[in-house]
Amino acid sequence: MEHLDALVSQALEAVQHTDDINALEQLRVQYLGKKGELTLVMKSLAGLSAEDRPKVGALVNQAKEQVQEALNTRKQLLEQQALSARLEAERIDVTLSGRGQQTGGLHPITRTLERIEQIFGAIGYSVAEGPEVEDDYHNFGALNIPDHHPARAMHDTFYFNTQMLLRTHTSSVQIRTMETQQPPIRIICPGRVYRCDSDQTHSPMFHQVEGLLIDEEVSFADLKGTIQAFLQAFFEADLEVRFRPSFFPFTEPSAEVDIRRVVTRNGEERAEWLEVLGCGMVHPNVLRMAGIDPERYRGFAFGMGVERLTMLRYGVSDLRVFFDNDLRFLEQFR
Amino acid sequence: MKFSEQWLRTLVNPPVSRDELVARLSMAGLEVEEVTPVAGAFSGVVVAEVLSVEPHPDADKLRVCQVSNAVQTLQIVCGAPNVRAGLKVPLAQLGANLPGDFKIKPAKLRGVESQGMLCAASELQLVGDYGDGLLELPNEAPVGQDLRSYLNLDDVSIELSLTPNRGDCLSLTGLAREVGALYSVPWTPVSLEPVPATHDQVCAVEVLNPEACPRYLGRVVRNVDLSIATPNWMKERLSRSGVRSIDAVVDITNYVMLELGQPMHAFDLAEIQAGIRVRLAEEGEPLRLLDGQEIKLRSDTLVIADHQRALAIAGVMGGEHSGVSSKTRDVLLESAFFDPVAIAGKARSYGLHTDSSHRFERGVDFQLARHAMERATALMVELLKAEPGPIVEQVSDASLPKVEPVVLRSERINQVLGLHLESSVVEQLLTGLGLGVTLQTQGQWLISVPSHRFDISIEEDLIEELGRLYDYDRLPIRYPQARLAPTAKTEARVKVSDIRRRLVARGYQEAITYSFIDQKLFALFEPEQSPLVLANPISADLAAMRSSLWPGLVKALQHNLNRQQSRVRLFETGLRFKGQLGDLKQESMLAGLITGSRLPESWANAKDAVDFYDLKADVESILSLTGSLDAFCCVAASHPALHPGQSAQWWRGDQLMGYLGALHPELLKTLGIDQPVYVFELELAVLEQGTLPRYKELSRFPEVRRDLALVVDEQVAAGALLEQVRSVAGEYLTALRLFDVYQGKGIEPGQKSLALGLTWQHPSRTLNDEEIAACMQDILGLVTEQFGATLRI
Repeated sequence: MEHLDALVSQALEAVQHTDDINALEQLRVQYLGKKGELTLVMKSLAGLSAEDRPKVGALVNQAKEQVQEALNTRKQLLEQQALSARLEAERIDVTLSGRGQQTGGLHPITRTLERIEQIFGAIGYSVAEGPEVEDDYHNFGALNIPDHHPARAMHDTFYFNTQMLLRTHTSSVQIRTMETQQPPIRIICPGRVYRCDSDQTHSPMFHQVEGLLIDEEVSFADLKGTIQAFLQAFFEADLEVRFRPSFFPFTEPSAEVDIRRVVTRNGEERAEWLEVLGCGMVHPNVLRMAGIDPERYRGFAFGMGVERLTMLRYGVSDLRVFFDNDLRFLEQFR
Repeated sequence: MKFSEQWLRTLVNPPVSRDELVARLSMAGLEVEEVTPVAGAFSGVVVAEVLSVEPHPDADKLRVCQVSNAVQTLQIVCGAPNVRAGLKVPLAQLGANLPGDFKIKPAKLRGVESQGMLCAASELQLVGDYGDGLLELPNEAPVGQDLRSYLNLDDVSIELSLTPNRGDCLSLTGLAREVGALYSVPWTPVSLEPVPATHDQVCAVEVLNPEACPRYLGRVVRNVDLSIATPNWMKERLSRSGVRSIDAVVDITNYVMLELGQPMHAFDLAEIQAGIRVRLAEEGEPLRLLDGQEIKLRSDTLVIADHQRALAIAGVMGGEHSGVSSKTRDVLLESAFFDPVAIAGKARSYGLHTDSSHRFERGVDFQLARHAMERATALMVELLKAEPGPIVEQVSDASLPKVEPVVLRSERINQVLGLHLESSVVEQLLTGLGLGVTLQTQGQWLISVPSHRFDISIEEDLIEELGRLYDYDRLPIRYPQARLAPTAKTEARVKVSDIRRRLVARGYQEAITYSFIDQKLFALFEPEQSPLVLANPISADLAAMRSSLWPGLVKALQHNLNRQQSRVRLFETGLRFKGQLGDLKQESMLAGLITGSRLPESWANAKDAVDFYDLKADVESILSLTGSLDAFCCVAASHPALHPGQSAQWWRGDQLMGYLGALHPELLKTLGIDQPVYVFELELAVLEQGTLPRYKELSRFPEVRRDLALVVDEQVAAGALLEQVRSVAGEYLTALRLFDVYQGKGIEPGQKSLALGLTWQHPSRTLNDEEIAACMQDILGLVTEQFGATLRI
C-alpha cells in the first residue's frame, strides 16, 4: 500500500501547487476521473482476496476522499481569490456624480401659489379662474367702483379701449363666480394681474390670490380668524398680525393687514410692521349686483400679492428678478 | 395730506405723546406715511442781534461781527454775504450742539477769535424755503430767546396717506374732529364770524351747469395790499403742511383750504370781463394755466369763464392771466362746491394733480363754501387791510347732494362685526363723530349724517365707523363654520401641477414671462397675425398681448445665453391671446423650450446636443399623463416660426392642440441665437382631459416575437407605416416597436431601412406558427403595396 500513500501525497502536493481552477479540474480527472490513477487502484482490487478486498477498498476510498477534499478546499480557495480579485478590479469611485438628466424646479411664484392653494384647499376652498382681458364692468363696475371713482386712480389700469382692459385684480373672478353660483361660496382666485406701473417696487404684471367666503353666518371676526391663521400657517410662525381700517370700494368694513417681522435695514435688525394683504366684508352693493341677498348672506373677501409673500418667505429682495427668469435665480428654488 | 402737529394741537390736544398719536391715527385708518421733524436736532441756539460788522484783517470773505445775545456781546467771525449790522439771526453759542453732532467751541479763524457761529437755515436743517445765507429773523424777534421755542421748532410734519373715502380728513378741522372722536376729547372749531361788507361792489355770477356746480360764491375784495408779506406763523404752517408760500392772497386761500378743507381761488378782478360764467368748455378752447402750460380744453370740462373766455378749469387750476399778480389791487374770491363726478378724472386727463382737484374729486363738504369765504375774507381784512364787498351766491338746491338719515340696527352690528356693543357705547362713538343719534326702537337708531361725512350713506358705513373707533385689533377672532361634506374631484382630469412636476422631473425649470411683448417680436413669430395691442402700454416692448408663449420663453433664453448659460430647458403655463377684442380667445397654454446639450455637462454624459426627438419624448411623457398617449397624433406641418423640415402639429382626434419643432434658422439668426432651439406649445384644455386606467387580464400563455426589416423610400413617414402595420397585424398584436432606422452602406441612396419588432400574445392559448406566419404575410403584402417596401436581405 505504499504505492497508494505515495499516490496520495503526490496528488495532494500537486493540488497545493495549483493556482488555476482549470488545472485543478485536470488534476481531478488525473486522479479521480474514470481512468484516474486512484480509480485504477480501486479497479485493481478485483484481484484481491475477498478477505482483503474490503479493507483495502476502505483504504483506497479514504485516499480518494482525502484527495477530493483537498481538491474542494483548493477550489474554494481559488474561487474566493478569483472573486476578490474581480471585486477589486471592479472597484469604482462612488464620489463621481450620477448619470443622466438633472431635475429642474418650479418658479418661486408657483411654489407660493401652490402653498396658498393647499392651505385654503385643506379647509374647503376651491380654486376659480377667469379671463385676464376683462371688461370694465367685472373689473370695476360690479365691484362698486363706478366711472370716475377716485379709487380707479389707485389702479393704474392698462386699457385696450374704453370698455376692455387688463384686470387689475382677480376680484373680477369673484364676481364671475357669484354670478353663477349661490352661497355658500368658498373660493380663492389666483392669477396674473396688471397695473400700469413699473419701478423697483412695482411690476406691470404681478400675481394675486383673492379669496371669497359667502355664507349665512359670517362676520368680521371670522375674517380676522381666517387671515390670522392663514398668515401663521403660511409663514409657519406664531406671527403677530394686526388689522388696520382701510378702504376698498368692494368691501365694508375694510382692513389692511400687517405682520410683525424682523427686517434688516442698513445692517441693523429691527421688528417692523409690514403690510401683507387687504380684506373686508363684502360690500352689500357687490352682493346685490351679483344677485345675492345681502340681508340673508354676508361674506368676506381678501386679496394678497403673491410676489410680496414670496419675497418675505424666501428673502428675495428685488421684485424684478421674478420675471427675468435667470437660471441662477430659478435654480435656487429646486 | 401733510400737516403740522402743533397746528393740529391748537385745535385738539389729546393727552398723548406724539408717538401714541401717530400710532392711533394709523390704527384708525388714517395711515401715517411719514413723520418729519421741521428742524434738525440742535440745542444752544438763540436769537441774536448783529451790532456791528468789520472786515477781517486777513481774509476777504470773512467779517468780524459784534453780536448781542441780550446777556453779553460776543465776537463772531462770519462768512455769510448777508451779514449786516442790525440783523436778527440765529446764534449757535459756545457749547451748542448742531445737527450732525457738531459742537460749537471757541475757535480762531485766520487769527481772529470767534465765540460762536451765526447760522443759516440749512445748518439747522429747517424744513421749508429759507434761501441761502444766514437765516434772517424778523425785526421783532426777541434777542436771547431760544430759537427752538421762538420758531416753534419742536414740531413735526405728519404725512397721511388717506384712503379716497376720507375726503373729510383733508383739513386740520376734519382731523381735529377725528382725533377728538378717537380720544373722546373736545376740539375747538375755527371761529367763523360773518365779515360785513364795507362796500357794495359785486361781480355777477351765472352758473350754466348747476348739476356740475351746485353752489358758487363770489366776493369782491378791494384794495388788497400785496406789498404786505405773509406773516411768519402762516408761512410756517403752510410750509410744514407741504404748501409753498406764493403771495399773501394765494397763501390765505391755501391756508383756508388746509384749515377748513375748502379749495378756493382768487381772480384778479381787473381781468374779469363783465362777470363770471360757470360753463362747459368749448372743444379746443385754449387756456394758459397758472403753471405756464398752454392747454386745449375738451367739451366735457367744466370751466370758470368770464363773458369772453375760460379763466380756470373748475376745481383744478386757475389760468395765468386772471391770476393774482404783483399788480393786482382788487380780487374776486371764489368758494364753490363742484360735484365730484364733474371733477373726477379731469385733472388727470390734462396731466394735472392739484390740492384742489384732489379734494373736489374726493368730495368737499357742500355746506362749507360760505364759512370758508368768511374765513378767507376775515384773514384778508386782518392781514392785508382789504375791503370786502357782499357775497354773491348761486345755489341750486336740487343739485346739491342729499344726506339721508341711515337706519342702524344693533343686531346688524353684531352680525357684521361679530361683537355685541352696548347701546351706550354705540351712541357715544357715533355722537363723537358729529353724527346725530336718535333711538327709534330698542336696538334700532336713526342716524343723521352731517354734510362733512358725505361718505356715510348705508348701515355698513356706520358699522365700519364703529369698528374703527372701537379699534379693529380689539374686535373678536373666530373661524367660519362649514359642513364637512366630501366633494367629488374628477380623477381623470390631468392637473396642471402634475404636468409641471413631470417637466421638472425631466429637467425643466419653470419660467414666468410677461403676457405682453414687443410688437416686433410678435411679428417675428406670427408674421401673418396682428396682435391685440394695449392703448397705454408702459413701453413699446410691453405693448402687444402674446398669442404664443414662445416669444417670452425665447427672451428668457436670450437672457440666460447672454449670461454664459448655454444649456437651457424652460417651460411656462399661462394664457395666450388670439384674435381681436370681438372674438378674442384667452386660452391656457403649456409651452417649453430646450437648447444646448442633451444632458448636463458631466464626466458621465455624452456631449450630444438636444434634437427634435428629445423634445418629442418630453411632450409624449406629458401626453401620457392623460392615460391615452395613443389618442394623440403628431404630423409633419409648417409654422412660420419653425424649421420647415422639423416641425409638427399635435392632434387629438380632429382637434389641433399645438406645435412642436425646431425654431426656424432665419428666426434664430435675427434673434442672434447661434444654437438650435426646440420648442413646443400645447393647449392645456385638451391636455387636461384624461382617462381612468382600465384593467385587462394578464395572459398566462407565451408571447411570440418576430422582427421585420423593410427597405422603403426615405420619404415614407414611419408613423404612417406603423399605423398601417398595426391595422393588419391581427387582434393579438400586443407591441409594435420600430427599433432601428438605417441609411448608408448596403442601402440604396434615397432609401432607408426600418426594423420592426412585433409581439403577439393570445389571452387564452398559445399562438401557433401558422397564425403568426399568416399575420406576417398580411403585413408584408400591405407594406409592399402601400409603401413599396421590400424585405431587407
